[in-house]
Amino acid sequence: MLHRLTPLFPAARRLTTRIAPPTRRLASSLVLLEQKAGKLNEASLTAVTAAKSLGSETQAILFGSKSDLEKALEEAKKIDNVSTVYTASSDSFAHLLAEAVAPFIASVIKDKGVTHVFAAHTAAGKNVFPRLAGLLDSSLIADITALEASGSQFTRPIYAGNAILTIESSDKDAVKVITVRPTAFERASTESGSSTVEELNESSTATSSTRFLSEELTVSARPDLASASRVVSGGRALKSKDSFDQVLDPLADAFGAAVGASRAAVDAGYADNSLQVGQTGKASFPYYTPVVAPELYVAVGISGAIQHLAGMKESKMIVAINKDPDAPIFQVADAGLVADLFEAVPQLVEEVAKTQN
Amino acid sequence: MRPSLPSLVNILVPVKRSIDYAVKIRVASDGKSVDTNVKHSMNPFDEIAVEEAIRLKTNSGEPVSSITALSIGPAKAIDTIRTALAMGADTGIHIVTPENTIVEPLSVAHAIKAIVERSQGTDKKFDLLLMGKQAIDDDSGATGGMVAGMLGWGQGSFASKVMIEKGGKAQVTREIDGGLEKIESELPMVITTDLRLNEPRYASLPNIMKAKKKKVEALKPEDLNLDFTPRLKTISVTEPPKRTGGAKVENVQELVSKMKEAGIL
Repeated sequence: MLHRLTPLFPAARRLTTRIAPPTRRLASSLVLLEQKAGKLNEASLTAVTAAKSLGSETQAILFGSKSDLEKALEEAKKIDNVSTVYTASSDSFAHLLAEAVAPFIASVIKDKGVTHVFAAHTAAGKNVFPRLAGLLDSSLIADITALEASGSQFTRPIYAGNAILTIESSDKDAVKVITVRPTAFERASTESGSSTVEELNESSTATSSTRFLSEELTVSARPDLASASRVVSGGRALKSKDSFDQVLDPLADAFGAAVGASRAAVDAGYADNSLQVGQTGKASFPYYTPVVAPELYVAVGISGAIQHLAGMKESKMIVAINKDPDAPIFQVADAGLVADLFEAVPQLVEEVAKTQN
Repeated sequence: MRPSLPSLVNILVPVKRSIDYAVKIRVASDGKSVDTNVKHSMNPFDEIAVEEAIRLKTNSGEPVSSITALSIGPAKAIDTIRTALAMGADTGIHIVTPENTIVEPLSVAHAIKAIVERSQGTDKKFDLLLMGKQAIDDDSGATGGMVAGMLGWGQGSFASKVMIEKGGKAQVTREIDGGLEKIESELPMVITTDLRLNEPRYASLPNIMKAKKKKVEALKPEDLNLDFTPRLKTISVTEPPKRTGGAKVENVQELVSKMKEAGIL
């Protein structure tokens, strides 16, 4: 259309050219990769996918002790379509202390002309990125579930996922500081990439009085609840801690799933706090735990309070086993079985085992 | 200036008036906001921050001298400050904004920084910020870290345990993915609260009455040279997509075949 109009209105064309905004700085993204004991955090790979959707150059940065970095780099440098992986090692970087890491990332952003910086919305991302945003005097665009290719429009859940907000960032935020909801993006592949590795020196680190003392990690042979592709979750109907474990463990093993629990089960002491799925009301105010969005969510003896549904309704397939045909969980379940869980679950374990033989 | 012991800590607790957690949210007809004509209360994570400040002050041996509750918001935000005072905070500061003004986390962080900087050199210099890890309305979780970065203070995010030593050192146990982490930092610092830190008290009626007599300083954004112009423009607020489920199966065999259909087995 423009082509047809231009010969008729040459002046108009010139005018548009003149008032057109100056060319934007080419977008360039930097992703914070997390690693633990030399193993890349899978959630950070979803942040890479979000960054790559902007279609611009994607770089990554990885912190840690020398030996951990060496191990994690094997995988990191193979992430598809990442041009450069920057590494930085020091004692204060080993545990991603925000006081050390945030100013360092800020200086890399400046040096490399980065316009968009991404992290996964994990405990580490939620700790480091607000500080980074404060240092850059930029807004924090937290927990996004979608973004426009323009790199200025973002979608994120608010009110514990009960409303979805779409916002546009202004030019005043020169650097877009973004955390990504891991369940909303696919993990970037680490098959065929071949990025350049560049080691950065710790020079611009701000001095800080904060020290890491120790950590206590829950040891589990099962996949991590927040990132598991399959979750088997139990409610109060499991009656006791012993029966919770006796019924759910074999089922979780059959599916290779993580174990989760409803608040009722946690409050009754059947399962640990860390297994709780969904927002809920202990001591009469909400509880925020990681939202899960696995490919399979099996709800066993869970009635499906709104707060629980808020934590798992993004799952691809929801299976519910409950005695009460009117339980709200059946309204969201793709396959619901009205049955006594103490009979149905062992049967299900048996059937699943058959399909695997 | 009163010669004060250098080890005494003045705590600033920012509190937010937000829609009550039990309210079912409705998207407003303009498609750009939620209906706010509903019950409001103090952001639950901020209640935990107020509670922790009070515990640090009342537990013998803790070197806390005062607790100030700060809120930024419309006239009604005074209720939230009064709640904090009724729980046990000593004084309040209210930065009053016009009705329906959106104050973004970045603006709040600038405002808190201004209040902290104003206190420097007075006998009530703030050296500990205790705040909620996130507000349950915008769910950003941005403000605490932003202020810490702006002030160059240490940060203990998602605290499930806080200990302050007489020398002005804090030990914070933080909730991280997969467990707990313990850090140590010199004051001044910012600590954000996680749910497992404590169970907030209810304000008793006599304390609610007493709170009415406590001093609340009212300020305008201009008084602190603050500009609350938003950087982020709301394009839309929508309902989350509804899930269509509801198919029941007769027995375990049928359940298994459904899972096979879905490619799970």
